[in-house]
Amino acid sequence: MFANALWVMSGTALLGLASGVLGVFALLRRRALMGDVLAHAALPGIVLAYMVTSAKAAGPLLVGAAATGVLGVLAMLAITRHSRLKEDSAMSLVLTVFFGLGIMLLGVVQRMPGGNQSGLDKYLFGQAAAIVPSDVRLITLIAALLCLMALLFYKEFKLLAFDPGFGAGLGFPMTALDLLLNLGIVVAVVIGLEAVGVVLMAALLTTPAVTARYWTNRLSVMLPLAGLFGALSGVAGTLASQVGPRMPTGPLIVLAASLFFFVSLLAAPQRGLLARLVRFLRTRARTRRSRLLEALYDLAEEAACPQTLAAASPEALSRRTGVPVGAVRRHLARLSREGLVDRVPAPAGLAGADAWKLTAAGVAEAYPLVREERLHLVCRMHEADLDGVQWDAGGRLVAAPETLRQLEALLVQHGMQPRLHPGDGA
Amino acid sequence: MAREHSARDDDLPVVVRSLTVAYQQRPVLKDVNLSLPPGRLIGVIGPNGAGKSTMIKAILGMVPRLSGEVRIFGRPVAQARREVGYVPQRASVDWDFPTDVLDVVMMGRYGHLGLLRRPGARERSLAMEALEKVGMADFARRQISQLSGGQQQRVFLARALAQDARIYFMDEPFAGVDAATERAIIGLLTDLKARGRTVVVVHHDLQTVREYFDWLVLLNVRVLAAGPVERVFTPENLTHTYGGRLGSLALLAGAQPPARRSLGGD
Amino acid sequence: MTASLVIVAVGALVAGSAGLVGSFLVLRRMTMLGDAISHAVLPGIALGFLFTGSRAAPIMVLGAALFGLLTTWLVQALQRAGVQEDAGMGVTFTALFALGVVLISAFAGRVHLDLEHVLYGEIAFAPWDLWLVGDVSLGPRALWTMGAIFVLDLVAVLLFFKELKICAFDPETASAQGINVTAFHYLLMTLVSITTVGAFDAVGAILVVAMLVLPGATAYLLTDRLSVMLALAVGIGVLASVLGYLLARATDTPVAGAMAVAGGAVFAVTFVIRLLRQRRRRA
Repeated sequence: MFANALWVMSGTALLGLASGVLGVFALLRRRALMGDVLAHAALPGIVLAYMVTSAKAAGPLLVGAAATGVLGVLAMLAITRHSRLKEDSAMSLVLTVFFGLGIMLLGVVQRMPGGNQSGLDKYLFGQAAAIVPSDVRLITLIAALLCLMALLFYKEFKLLAFDPGFGAGLGFPMTALDLLLNLGIVVAVVIGLEAVGVVLMAALLTTPAVTARYWTNRLSVMLPLAGLFGALSGVAGTLASQVGPRMPTGPLIVLAASLFFFVSLLAAPQRGLLARLVRFLRTRARTRRSRLLEALYDLAEEAACPQTLAAASPEALSRRTGVPVGAVRRHLARLSREGLVDRVPAPAGLAGADAWKLTAAGVAEAYPLVREERLHLVCRMHEADLDGVQWDAGGRLVAAPETLRQLEALLVQHGMQPRLHPGDGA
Repeated sequence: MAREHSARDDDLPVVVRSLTVAYQQRPVLKDVNLSLPPGRLIGVIGPNGAGKSTMIKAILGMVPRLSGEVRIFGRPVAQARREVGYVPQRASVDWDFPTDVLDVVMMGRYGHLGLLRRPGARERSLAMEALEKVGMADFARRQISQLSGGQQQRVFLARALAQDARIYFMDEPFAGVDAATERAIIGLLTDLKARGRTVVVVHHDLQTVREYFDWLVLLNVRVLAAGPVERVFTPENLTHTYGGRLGSLALLAGAQPPARRSLGGD
Repeated sequence: MTASLVIVAVGALVAGSAGLVGSFLVLRRMTMLGDAISHAVLPGIALGFLFTGSRAAPIMVLGAALFGLLTTWLVQALQRAGVQEDAGMGVTFTALFALGVVLISAFAGRVHLDLEHVLYGEIAFAPWDLWLVGDVSLGPRALWTMGAIFVLDLVAVLLFFKELKICAFDPETASAQGINVTAFHYLLMTLVSITTVGAFDAVGAILVVAMLVLPGATAYLLTDRLSVMLALAVGIGVLASVLGYLLARATDTPVAGAMAVAGGAVFAVTFVIRLLRQRRRRA
């Protein structure tokens, strides 16, 4: 029992590996659903092969599936090339018509003597538990061949996915390469059908590739990563199916792949939703904080009395900065804990109102921010006269010392130099 | 601050305050402040990726804004839809769509019709009128996939005309059109101006700026200058906008208006 | 009414309903969504069945329709999160389908739900599945269900013809005019879901998925007017189901598969004739 599970596990893992790798190219070619189409289009070929040979031998079934698969791809090409129908329609047409034909042929087979015992209907939903050592050897061989193909044609497939028109211009046979890639997908589908079935094979060709995209921006990393996610899904799904007696392996593999996707969608660094949310909140908090400090600084500077810094109410600050009042209050509280602002008694006649001003430390904190902002302003005014002024990703000024001196001079010239220096207001 | 402006704002076709738009992290538009005057032909120019189309789409509420406020004739965009005509880039639709020229032009009336009411004789005559103005009346029953690029552009303009808006936004209408279409568009713009309409046109051919527009917005992520052409279309402003990358810019702006060109587009 | 007539009528109603809404999917390049929805509703069917113990109960149809909309929403949400549309579809529908299979397998002891029957249906049983009110038979249930769905689709398309049209042709301009593009997107998707689920119950998945694309795509080759395209799509759908039935009778094969193949043949003939005519015109 355990040994059998091990065989099943290695079979599904290798299957996941190969389809993950091929799926990457399909995904980047914007044909993520090609696996779904070919998995359906392979059915009539498989049934025909069975009808002709009356056996469930892997070889003829593969040939049959590949034949109708390639026929389907050619039909798609003809439809998009010679009519105004778009790619999605061509895909749906091939999928449904070929699959309909498969269903018809299946009906014929079931009336043949011994047809009901052929187990062909298992191809619809898969039966991973039926995987035997000889199957695993076949899967291993084919998975290795498919990965080798991806490696050999790495550059060509990359071109196919990224810019087929340019590839054709370079003299590459893009249609032939397209067929080759799809043939690879068909082969993966056929070896996968027995384990996970038609629909779920489509998942193995899509989900690991989409998942891998979350973790890297490089194709050379994405390919092994998608293979890894595919293999892990195979292992996890097979393990999960050992838990209960009626747990089907194929769907569990797909659910495992979906789980990997979901976790990546949420938690991947850079591209994940949480990372994006955190980044957004951080940027907003940082911007609001510096805007408040700058506003308090400007107010104090306008009052032009370094000894008693001018104060402002949260409402006034909100109007000045565009930051909502509630957020202004939260930030003021935090700045006050940092010792950068002080609460001062409300001005006469405004009972209940609170007012805030910068402390000496606050002036020191605000000074570089204000200076930076005003340098930006001058920079935009004189961009043509200045060499090599840039801003880094955080929005900070990057310039040669000489240019910086030039900018300082321009600040003074426009009367924009910050007039409250660190140490003022003490 | 907002209160000081409001009396005046009702007359202004477009007022934009501190508009910021970002794709992912990269700001495409930053702190855009803009008040466009009524009854002018307004060109929006700037280098590629300067956010010209994005600005129009953000004004019309088609892309989410990070911050900022837009008023059209003193009202939020959602309440001013009927005052606004929009001419998208030609490539934004599928010209294989099963419909004819007249039908596309009648789509300009859908906003006025509202739910459930179907276009009728009145809509048809308005659409025919608009088609005549762009010189496409003979093509009314033509399937749209049989049109040339310039004719497609004129159909889109006719659709906007049929809408009978007070302000029009056009996204690169001059891009890749033939000489006849170029003349038709210019005639149309002049006609709209004469009827007191405001037209905002995203444009990227600097050579024709003086000829086509009387008001300009120079955009490069921020608004670098906005105002009457003679005041704004200066070498300094252009170098600010285009970052001094094009040596001939200064010459272009300083030179006399170019002789009328008979060539199409660019 | 003879059994054959009932089968052809049900097939024609499925083809007509799916042809109407499917035409818009063809124009919006979203035909694969029909395939996706038809698989993704499986957990809804399983759950509905689990709670009511009947394949006919409205709760099951409701559950399935909800999962159809959930699929639409998930695909859109994933798209907003930066997943390309077709990939989002692939991930969503396979995950939901797998969930459905697991649910059915886990409760297989208590539920007599034949997966194959649900997915690939057997329209041939339709004449004998009668709608009984008390002891009175009102005729085949599938005829009523599909008839109601056809009327629903027809009324919705007639009422919102101009909105569905502009949202398919130029959604940007539509939203600039103040037309609620999202609302009409969900209206269309609701119609697709209801049609899929209703047909599912009567004839299985394969036929409705085929009819969501075949009639619309064929009609699209034949006309330059949307209203004509919709009418043609309904006609072609009916033709495909009649031919399909005859094909199934002649070869003694499953009717749904044969109808899909017949539809494919109608498309292929149209495609080739058009191609030859173009060649001749050019020559």
